[in-house]
Order: sequence, then C-alpha cells, then structure tokens
Amino acid sequence: MPSDTLEAVSEIRELSYAEAVREALAQAMEADERVFLFGEDVGVYGGAFGVSGDLVHRFGKERVIDTPISELGIAGAAVGAAITGMRPVLEIQFSDFVTLAMEQLVNQAAKIRFMFGGKASVPMVVRLPGGSGTGAAAQHSQSLEAWFAHVPGLKVLQPSTPHDAKGMLLAAIDDPNPVLIFEHKLLYKTKGHVPAEAYRVPIGKAAIRREGTDLTIVGSSIMALKAEAAAERLASEGISAEVIDLRSIRPIDFTTIAESVRKTHRLLVVYEGVKTMGIGAEISAMIAESEVFDFLDAPIIRLGGADAPIPYNPVLEKAAVPQEDDIVTAATNLVRRGEA
Amino acid sequence: MSADQKPNQRPELAALDDATVAQALTRMHLIRKFEEAAEASYMRGLIHGTMHLSIGQEASAVGTTLPLEAHDYILSTHRGHGHCIARGAEPRLMFAEFFGKETGYCKGRGGSMHIADVEGGNLGANGIVGGGLPIAVGVGMSIKAQKNGRVCMVFFGDGASNEGAFHEALNMASIWKLPVVFVCENNKYGMSMDIGRAMAVPNVADRASAYGMPGHCLDGNDLAGVAAVAKVAIARARSGEGPSLIECKTYRWRGHSKSDRNLYRSKEEIEEWRNQDPIRRLEDELKAHDRFDAAALMKLEEDAQRDIDAAVEFARACPDPDPKDLTRDVYAL
Ligand SMILES: Cc1ncc(C[n+]2csc(CCOP(=O)(O)OP(=O)(O)O)c2C)c(N)n1
Repeated sequence: MPSDTLEAVSEIRELSYAEAVREALAQAMEADERVFLFGEDVGVYGGAFGVSGDLVHRFGKERVIDTPISELGIAGAAVGAAITGMRPVLEIQFSDFVTLAMEQLVNQAAKIRFMFGGKASVPMVVRLPGGSGTGAAAQHSQSLEAWFAHVPGLKVLQPSTPHDAKGMLLAAIDDPNPVLIFEHKLLYKTKGHVPAEAYRVPIGKAAIRREGTDLTIVGSSIMALKAEAAAERLASEGISAEVIDLRSIRPIDFTTIAESVRKTHRLLVVYEGVKTMGIGAEISAMIAESEVFDFLDAPIIRLGGADAPIPYNPVLEKAAVPQEDDIVTAATNLVRRGEA
Repeated sequence: MSADQKPNQRPELAALDDATVAQALTRMHLIRKFEEAAEASYMRGLIHGTMHLSIGQEASAVGTTLPLEAHDYILSTHRGHGHCIARGAEPRLMFAEFFGKETGYCKGRGGSMHIADVEGGNLGANGIVGGGLPIAVGVGMSIKAQKNGRVCMVFFGDGASNEGAFHEALNMASIWKLPVVFVCENNKYGMSMDIGRAMAVPNVADRASAYGMPGHCLDGNDLAGVAAVAKVAIARARSGEGPSLIECKTYRWRGHSKSDRNLYRSKEEIEEWRNQDPIRRLEDELKAHDRFDAAALMKLEEDAQRDIDAAVEFARACPDPDPKDLTRDVYAL
C-alpha cells in the first residue's frame, strides 16, 4: 500500500470500486456545497452503473441533477458552472459518448484558463466509465484516455483500485483544473480496502504495486491489475517483474518509470487503448529521449489494444485487448531477449 | 428626458432617459470606431491573424446589454468586439489583446476571437460557433445555486443556431428555468451561407416554441426597440421565470472576415442595409424629437474617436509577452 493511505487512522473495511466512488462523492458534497453531480440518469436511477446510488435521496435533486441526453450540452454546462464558482462533477454515461462532448472538453474546458491569460480556471471533474469486456461492442467499450492526455489543459486519471478511485476523485474535485477520470466498467464490482475518512491520492503520482528486478511492467486501470496477476505467475517461473500502476496519464509520473527502468533494464508497457499512437508510444519515446535509454538491455515492448474496434463476439473481444497471458508471454520474451 | 422635447415619441425611446441614450450612443460609436481602427491596424500590419468586424450590428450589442446590471454575465462570439465594448470593457485593453500584448485582457493569449473580461462579467468570446451556448446553461445553473440574482446573456449568430449546441442549451435552460437570455444576431449569413438555405423556418426566433420559451423577432438596428425587449427578457430571467430567445435582425457591412471577397451578396443589398445605419437612425430620431442637437451628437462621436485613437497608441506601445511564460497559464496551481 502506498504511504498516502493514512492507514493508521482508518477503519479497515472493504468497499467495491463503485461504493468507493460514491463515498468520495458524498464526502465532497458534504464538505463543500459548491459540489454537485450532474449527468444522465444519475438521480433516481442511481447511475447506469449504480455509482451514484442513493445520493439523490441524501442530497436532493438540486445537487444530484438528472440531465437530458445532451452530452455536448451537459459538458458545456459543467464548464459554465465551473468558471462561475461551482464544482461540477459530471458523469458521461459510457465514456464512448464523450465523442459528442469533445468540443466543450477540448476547445473550451482545456483552453479557457490559457486563453484568458490565467484569469479564470475550470475546476470540473468528468467521470467516464470506459473499457471493454462487457459484450457491449464497438460503441460502448472504448478506451479513449490517450485522446485527452494529448490535450494540454486537461488532467487524465485512471484509478485501478477502490482505494485510488476514492482518493483520486477527492483530489480531482479539489483540483482547480478540468480533470477526466476514466473508470473501467469491469472494476466497479471489485473490492478492496478503503479508509473511511476523506483522504486524497495525489494526482500525477504512480504507484509501485510490486517490486522486481528483471523487468518493469507499466500499466494503468485494469491493465495494472492484469500486470500484477501476470507478475505473480512470472515469479513462479523465476522472473522478477516490477509493476507500476500509472494512475495518472496526464500528468505522467515519468520519474517513477525511469527509476524503475534504471534498475530493471527492461520495459513492457501495457494498455487497453488502441496500440498505435497511444500511451505506450509516449512512454517509449520518453525513455528513448532520456538518459535511461542507455540502461536498456532490450527493446521496449508495447502491448496495446488491437487496431480494430472492439468486437461483439466474446472470443474476439478478448483477443482485442491485452490479457494476462499476453503479458506473461511478452514479459518472458522480453527477459529472454535481453539475455540473448 | 429633456423638458422641451417634442411629443409623440414612441414609448421604447421615451423609456430611455438622456443619460442612458448618450451612454448607448457613445458605446455604439466606440464599437464603430474600434472596428474601423481594427481594420486600419490590420492594413498597417499591426494585427496578426484574422478578425470579424461587427460594423452595422451596433444596436444589437448595445441595446440588448443596456438593461443588464453591473454584476450580470455575458458570453460572446467570434464577432465579439461589440459585445465587449457594450459591456463597458476598456478599448485600450482590448486593442492590447488584439495586438497580442502582455497588457491585453488575456495577456495576448486569446486575441480577437477570445477576449474575456472575467472581472467585468464577460466570460469570453468564442472561436467555436455555438460554443458559448452550453456554457451559458452552466452559468445559469451556477447563478441559481448561488442565489445571487444575476442573469447570463449569451450571443450567437444565425449560423450557430443550426448547431446541436444551440438546441441542447435552449432545452436545458428551459426545463430548469435558468436565468439566461439567448441573443441571436441574425445578420443573414453564416460566412457565405444565407439563412434561407440553412434553415427550415424563416426566423431563428420561431425555434423558441420548440423549447417552451418566448421568442422575439426584432429589428436589430433599432436601439430603443432592442433595449425594450431585452429589458423584458432580462426581468423574466431574473424573476425565475426562465430563458427567452431574442433574434435581432441586422447586417454586417463588411465581409465575414479579412479573407472574404463578398461574392455571395450584392452591392445593392449592402447599400440597402447601410441606409439603415443603426447609429444614424438613432441620431436622426433624437434630433427629430429635439432631445439632442447636432453639436451634442457630434461631440459624442468625436470623444469616441479620441478614445479609440488613444487606445490604439497605448496598445502599440505595450510589450509582447515573454516566450519563457508560454506554458504559465495552461494549468491552475
Ligand atoms: C464549430 C465551428 N464551425 C465552423 C466555424 C467556422 N466559422 C466561423 S464563423 C462562421 C459563420 C458563423 O455564422 P453565424 O453564427 O451566423 O455568425 P456571424 O459570423 O454571421 O456573426 C463559420 C462557419 C467555426 N468557427 N466553428
């Protein structure tokens, strides 16, 4: 566990990822009346993935606001509310629908502070359930985080554990910038230790989930968990993998990655988004441009999603994104190659 | 109102006292002179990029904002210099922004299409057609949640009313009865596309009925008429009854932007609208009712010209931003 968990004072209890997000929302709303929730079916329905749950009953319809199906409009409304003193937390029902809201997030939210010469800021949070694995096929399963990480002015987070889901959301609500949080749909039911108090996990800091010496595996969201499971199996085959959970894509914690690669001399980057032009390319290039490049004993391997939309068929769907087996195979090849 | 003025003034004009009319005229002159000076500066190579002039549309910008209070908000468009001035922004800081200087409203980062005066309640012009409309909804939500009694007025063109953002924003503002006034400046064209070809109904204001709000279709070159309707819409917004849609039918005398060769409209059409110059119309009406004499009117215009000339000189002399500050305001700390 990272040291920022305030373990000492917290009650030990397990919450699901969805419950952890809900608890963060409730605590933020209790602490600050400028915070309000906003999105399609977040009220009585409780959110398409049940994240907002009973919050409308606890905080009322004025603060947990059901919106029409108008993604562009609601993203823009969050911008307007944010620049005039509120702290909106918006849910885009499936992250895929953010395509309809691109204009407001990319052209408005990300740029207002800069275009206004620093005279306004846009403290808004957008929660986006993303990722594949639910059989919902091409228009409900994408991993679009790299798109937004490409935009200066935005921050992009991908928490993988219930602990981080809560702590990073609270940090995001405090942040004076527009922050997008991609929550993986398959993670909502996963459970983990979540302290009861309102703690923060700092934005822009990766977590070392497992220490190792033979290679570094960098992933985030569900891929960080798959990498951890793969590392367990690799250990039984005598390969010691260090696993880094990025947690934050922008800003990215290159220091932690670089230090790890300096130690292990090998790097495998795993991400669910389409492989081409993605997060793996960026991390690889950062290494190539830095003095850490000289420490590499083997070429970097990128393991990303297929260059295809997410298919409906379950066999194809699994094949479209990196799986634990793929990580084990890639890691093994990487270590062997480095030894050859 | 002066004691010796002639009777039979229409009520819209009679409702504006002399001080208010003088302020409105001054602002209309400032807009006209600002735009003319912008054009001249462009020719002299002082301006980088493009610009969208609103010469001919002054009554709409000034009339709609005239009944606003100091703490109210506006959101503007790519053709936004007029709205900015109408809300009382300082021309010298606007020119400084336009010339890209560190002293400009946005420290030279925004330029003509993005001038904002956040302290003055101007939440920014917008380079994206229709971009301000959803933002106004959020500003309205914020006003309602904070119960601060303000109103948000958002400007857009006839072209913007064909964007999804327009429809989403009007619907949301209406279902939540937000204190927003939507002002469409219908100058008949979205770049070269005339509204007859771009819209299935004759007036933008007709669309208000789909969103359950009043739609007002106005002669946008009539300052007093525009101000009277804006006053009603602003009062409605402030009292919690919800948004209105105002359509000001007006005309831009110049091309869409600097690259426009004006091939899609005739000289006769432009001439016809120049004859409806909103500034001369108001002046003529004031003279006809003996509210101001020619000398007083001339003085307002000359004062405006002097202010604009001084603003250009101020802006020219200001420093450029330092490249080392390039990424300074990307993120708030
Ligand atoms: C979303 C978007 N599409 C296209 C443009 C290019 N563009 C800039 S202004 C304009 C015409 C806008 O017409 P209208 O809304 O009527 O405003 P006007 O220029 O007439 O004031 C166009 C097409 C843009 N800036 N943004």
